[in-house]
Amino acid sequence: MELGTRKLLDRSFTSVGFFAIVLMSVSLVILLQPILARGIKSFVFRGTIEYREMMKEQFGRGNGKALARDLEEVRIARQRLYDLLDSFEEEMRRSAPAFRKQYRSDFGELEELIEELLGPRKDAREKALIRMRYGQTRWDRALIKQHHILYLVGYDYSDPSRMGKKVETPRAEFFAGTSLEPLFGILENDLGKMMKPQVVFYWRFLFDGSKDAHFFGGIWPEMLGTLYLALGAMIFAIPLGVITAIYLAEYAGRGRFVGLLRTCISSLAGVPSIVFGLFGLAFFINTMHVSSSKSVLAGSMTLALLVLPTIIRASEEAILAVPRGYKEASMSLGASKWYTIMTVILPAAMPGILTSTIISLGRAAGETAPIIFTAAVSIGKPLGLLETLSQPTPALPWNIYNLATEHEAVDEIRHVQYGMVFTLVVMVLLLNLTAVLLRARISKRLRG
Amino acid sequence: MDIKGKRDLLKAEGFSIFYGENEAVRKIDIEIPEGLVTSIIGPSGCGKSTFLRAVNRMNDLIPGCRAAGNLKLDGQDLYTQGLDVVLLRKEVGMVFQKPNPFPKSVFDNIAFGPRIHGIRDRSKLAEIVEKSLLQAALWDEVKDRLGDNALGLSGGQQQRLCIARAIAVKPKILLMDEPASALDPRSTARIEDLIAEFKGDYTILIVTHNMQQAARVSDLTAFFYEGDLIEFGETSQIFTKPKEKQTEDYITGRFG
Repeated sequence: MELGTRKLLDRSFTSVGFFAIVLMSVSLVILLQPILARGIKSFVFRGTIEYREMMKEQFGRGNGKALARDLEEVRIARQRLYDLLDSFEEEMRRSAPAFRKQYRSDFGELEELIEELLGPRKDAREKALIRMRYGQTRWDRALIKQHHILYLVGYDYSDPSRMGKKVETPRAEFFAGTSLEPLFGILENDLGKMMKPQVVFYWRFLFDGSKDAHFFGGIWPEMLGTLYLALGAMIFAIPLGVITAIYLAEYAGRGRFVGLLRTCISSLAGVPSIVFGLFGLAFFINTMHVSSSKSVLAGSMTLALLVLPTIIRASEEAILAVPRGYKEASMSLGASKWYTIMTVILPAAMPGILTSTIISLGRAAGETAPIIFTAAVSIGKPLGLLETLSQPTPALPWNIYNLATEHEAVDEIRHVQYGMVFTLVVMVLLLNLTAVLLRARISKRLRG
Repeated sequence: MDIKGKRDLLKAEGFSIFYGENEAVRKIDIEIPEGLVTSIIGPSGCGKSTFLRAVNRMNDLIPGCRAAGNLKLDGQDLYTQGLDVVLLRKEVGMVFQKPNPFPKSVFDNIAFGPRIHGIRDRSKLAEIVEKSLLQAALWDEVKDRLGDNALGLSGGQQQRLCIARAIAVKPKILLMDEPASALDPRSTARIEDLIAEFKGDYTILIVTHNMQQAARVSDLTAFFYEGDLIEFGETSQIFTKPKEKQTEDYITGRFG
């Protein structure tokens, strides 16, 4: 081959590799950007006066005097709105039945929507659900609600060959010519005065428990549960995995049984995680009775099984990669095999073992399927250490799924779901970063 | 140099080593005297390293390797049932072809052997470390960085460290498997100087590919060829008036 051709080939391979890396980085950013952008809204957002009131009443936080002052200002700003409502209701009562009939249902809907936006009137009876006691606590949700009040959304199906077209009718049209008409202008222009949004930095999102099924508060029980499950899995998986790896690398021969064992371990890595979950339920809970029902303990054991193949394979590779010379030197000085493994081989294999461990930790933290049947519940309190032996726990991956699909008010608390995703992603990224740093540190120490 | 008055430390009688069916060392008889340097030369694959590794039973690590015949160190048969390999290896130090210090501190490297054999006292260990490093002529270079990782030393220093590590357990015999073949000429010269200094204090059995080295450092030379011990005698005699034709061919470079 000629020099020119070789150079051209060389350059094209280099550029293909470079292009691959750029493509990967871009897709990573595209993937992570929405998660981060939406997740961050759980921590930093504009909270309304309703938010501050809720925080004061439910969590006992905030400046009481400032809150009272704001509440008074807001009360005055809202009064015009309520006055209009009251007078229109009065008007309806006094007018002819035809008039009443025309406006009753529209007016009722309007009143309901306004209650959802601003919260119940002060003289109303206290609601059982905490979410009903307050209006919109977040300014972004308040704006959406405001739009719902101002416009009625309908669909136009007049052209059957096309999908329904979204049509927004201003509600003000329904009340045109009545005394209620000015209400819509007030709502549109003075919502800021009625809700007084302020930027909130809610870092306690990580460390607060949740109120009323994640409507308010944070995700501490989920985070704690995730940590318990991941660390618990490591407690079972690391000793078992490393000991197995030592056996496979140093003691096992090349017999058929060992070959079969290796194949089994490899296949274990390919088993779908939901199967691990069912196995955990069937074996740990129903057969072994490690706990009477779902528990962190059973979940940890199941997750341990899931990450075991990874730890075994990576640790075995790491042990086999230790230079032969170390082993020979140690044996020639009279060390027994076991002593050599403990003092020379394992320390030298540590970077590899640690990396696999921390990557497995990230995997265990993020797995959903294995904990569905063995450990996870939707709502729960943060567990004490001893309670993990018998109690189930909420956990980030499961609650993300739960909030995305099964929660009764999915749309209203999307931000909590994204906050959880954000937290989980950051947790796993941090774990992997730790792995990289730790590995670099130990490798440096080993290299001298 | 007086060989007559020396006691035989290592003695092989009809000693063979097999790798599976393949006989790597064939029924050799050799007597290695105490306090001298004996070198083993021969072409690659002649069984010289295999023989060396039989002395501290390092061949046990290789699956399918077994020995027959007698090999005695100081009258003790090395291949009897129930021999404590740990104790044997305390008596037999070994230096390998490639410097292989542990990825630990200089101090921990030297103290590794003594610790295995039960010395825990820090001051005693420090004393052993200093003495071994002095003997290996490395003390002046590393005394200020005993806590540093041994892999930070140069190749020649690493090999001297390995020698210091081997003599820290005070072996009766020191096995060297081509100890200078991975080193530059300067470092090689320092290793050879060390071997010369050890003469009298240690019995040294050295395998080498380098015939000049064998001629320079050893009192006795054994020539192995295809598993057989062809000739064994004083170095001066082997290199000047070999009795066997094969020895002569090898040292004059006609094969190997």
